Amino acid sequence: MVFAILQRLGQMLFVMAGISMLVFAIFFGTPGVDPAARIAGRNASPEVLEAVRVSFGFDQPFYVQYLTMMKKIFVTGDLTSFVNRGWKVVPAVLDTIPVTLSLVGGAAVLWVVFSILIGVLAAAFRGGVTDKVLMILGLIGISMPVYWLGEVMNLVTQSRYHDTWAFSWVPPLGYKALSTDPKAWFLTLVIPWITLSILYIGLYGRVLRANIVEAMQEDYIRTARAKGLSETRILLAHAFRCSLISFVTLFGLDFGALVGGSALLTEVVFGLQGVGKLTYDALQNLDLPVIMTTVLYASFFVVIANALVDVVYILLDPRVRKS
Amino acid sequence: MTAQSADLQKKSRGPWATALFRLSHDRAALVALAVFLTVVICCLLAPLYAAWAGVDPFKSTVDATITLGGVTRPVMELPTDGLALGYTPIGPTWVPGTYFLGADNQGRDVMARLLYGGMNSFIIAAAATVMTLTFATIFGTVAGFFGGIIDMVLSRILDVLWAFPVYLLAISLSIVLITQGITIGPIVIDSGSLFLPVFIIGVIYIPYVARPIRGQVMALRHGEFVLAAIGLGVPTHRILTKDVLPNISTTLIVFVPIMMALNMLTESALSFLSIGVQPPDASWGTIIQDGQTLLYTRPAVALAPGVMIVITVLALNVFGDGLRDALDPKSKIKLGRG
Repeated sequence: MVFAILQRLGQMLFVMAGISMLVFAIFFGTPGVDPAARIAGRNASPEVLEAVRVSFGFDQPFYVQYLTMMKKIFVTGDLTSFVNRGWKVVPAVLDTIPVTLSLVGGAAVLWVVFSILIGVLAAAFRGGVTDKVLMILGLIGISMPVYWLGEVMNLVTQSRYHDTWAFSWVPPLGYKALSTDPKAWFLTLVIPWITLSILYIGLYGRVLRANIVEAMQEDYIRTARAKGLSETRILLAHAFRCSLISFVTLFGLDFGALVGGSALLTEVVFGLQGVGKLTYDALQNLDLPVIMTTVLYASFFVVIANALVDVVYILLDPRVRKS
Repeated sequence: MTAQSADLQKKSRGPWATALFRLSHDRAALVALAVFLTVVICCLLAPLYAAWAGVDPFKSTVDATITLGGVTRPVMELPTDGLALGYTPIGPTWVPGTYFLGADNQGRDVMARLLYGGMNSFIIAAAATVMTLTFATIFGTVAGFFGGIIDMVLSRILDVLWAFPVYLLAISLSIVLITQGITIGPIVIDSGSLFLPVFIIGVIYIPYVARPIRGQVMALRHGEFVLAAIGLGVPTHRILTKDVLPNISTTLIVFVPIMMALNMLTESALSFLSIGVQPPDASWGTIIQDGQTLLYTRPAVALAPGVMIVITVLALNVFGDGLRDALDPKSKIKLGRG
């Protein structure tokens, strides 16, 4: 077991190294344009360009440049933006993390609750009208671009129906910190939570239904029936519980991916200053140091989260331990 | 001859014919395919529509006027009430050929742009699908068949790509490629080229397809018929083309609609973030972005492309489900994560 865990952690380190080298290659090694000009942003003066060249070591070999970049981002954290002169990038990125966590955390609660509801209901009535309707709704949820759904939500709640009783409580776009004003924090996030969770409700509902229907064919279900258990009990205590394994794996992966940047589109549409929005703003200003930092921090977060999920599995599931 | 022996002599259907038979009896899948093809054909007719309507969907036409029911109105209207700050583009007229869906903030016909945008979205999604499936097949087959050190190297590369959050990888690639274009020796790719979004989207989903292919090829590699072929001294390239590829072809076909749907969503998202299709070219994502500033005054600009995306992606997903059931009912390929 110790060997399996060490192996998984080793793989994690390898992937992290690979990602950092890939990022380095993309930002510094792409042929065509001087990387110093990219980092300095639009219309940089020759002095700024020279400063960038010295501080990133562009006159030195590639491996020194790579180490300089990694040191600036992870060790000293003194990477500064050249578009907004002197702005420290690493603390700015760390500041946005609570916003993204608030958004993804709330949405996760919604999507777990509702997808379980939908998946179990559809599986209980499999083949019937309820099943068909729920699955079509799920498919529609999967097929909607999340940023467009967000705009529709904004149109309805901020403009067209804002003055009716249904949406008059919706505050203007933006984020309020949980520590200063919990009520405002909650209200501003309700619509973004719903928007972000719809795709996952559809996806997880469908996956869960498929898994439960598959589990219902298993021998242990026949045994449970033979014991005389009620259909509800078989569904909830046996088929559903076993289907949760892949549900939980999927959840770990998606939660990590969302915190690590996939919530970007939702943050942009609702003006929530999270990791994704910061990356987006930097993209509009061509502020490369910011993008390098968010990309590396976010992808490292995702890789570590995935590895942790796997390690938990090794600890919990004897079957994984052996293979 | 009795009826029974006639039945026995009737040739049984091959696997492809069986799949086609199953598919032709799946009404939902057929309707979805029809919807998808209709949308594609409409979008491919975009130049005809623009010529018929007499509009140039890529040129700013803020001083154009239209005549409706004998009344001539400017396309960019000054608001009659309030402070009259700025112009508002004309809303949907619902008259085909005359600003059916209204104008965007540069006075361009939204309907014509919607069709042109759809054309670009389809071209990019289709090209990226071909690219992803091609490279995924090569990587997956080579890694799965040869195993050993080749497999290890390829799998680790795929691991790195896989672990990289999709949108962050796309942003990293596009900020470098799309802002300046790219020059590799004699090949110069312009920053507005459609090839760049195709390349970006094509690359990021390679592991998504390559991993299942690799697993399947690995299992085939130890199948008795492949072992027998190796034992008989059949050359490797023949084993790959005659034994391995035909066996993974159903998986690849099942992936086509799934990847098309995923690529359309990704393309529109990237274009919405202004790192996909570049102006003045349009795609459904860029039109939604154009419509963002007009959201509360002229919502049709942002709503219409979104509705088109939902219809198209939904049709692809439904058809994909049917195709999977028809080709490979036991298949484990699930709908993609976005």
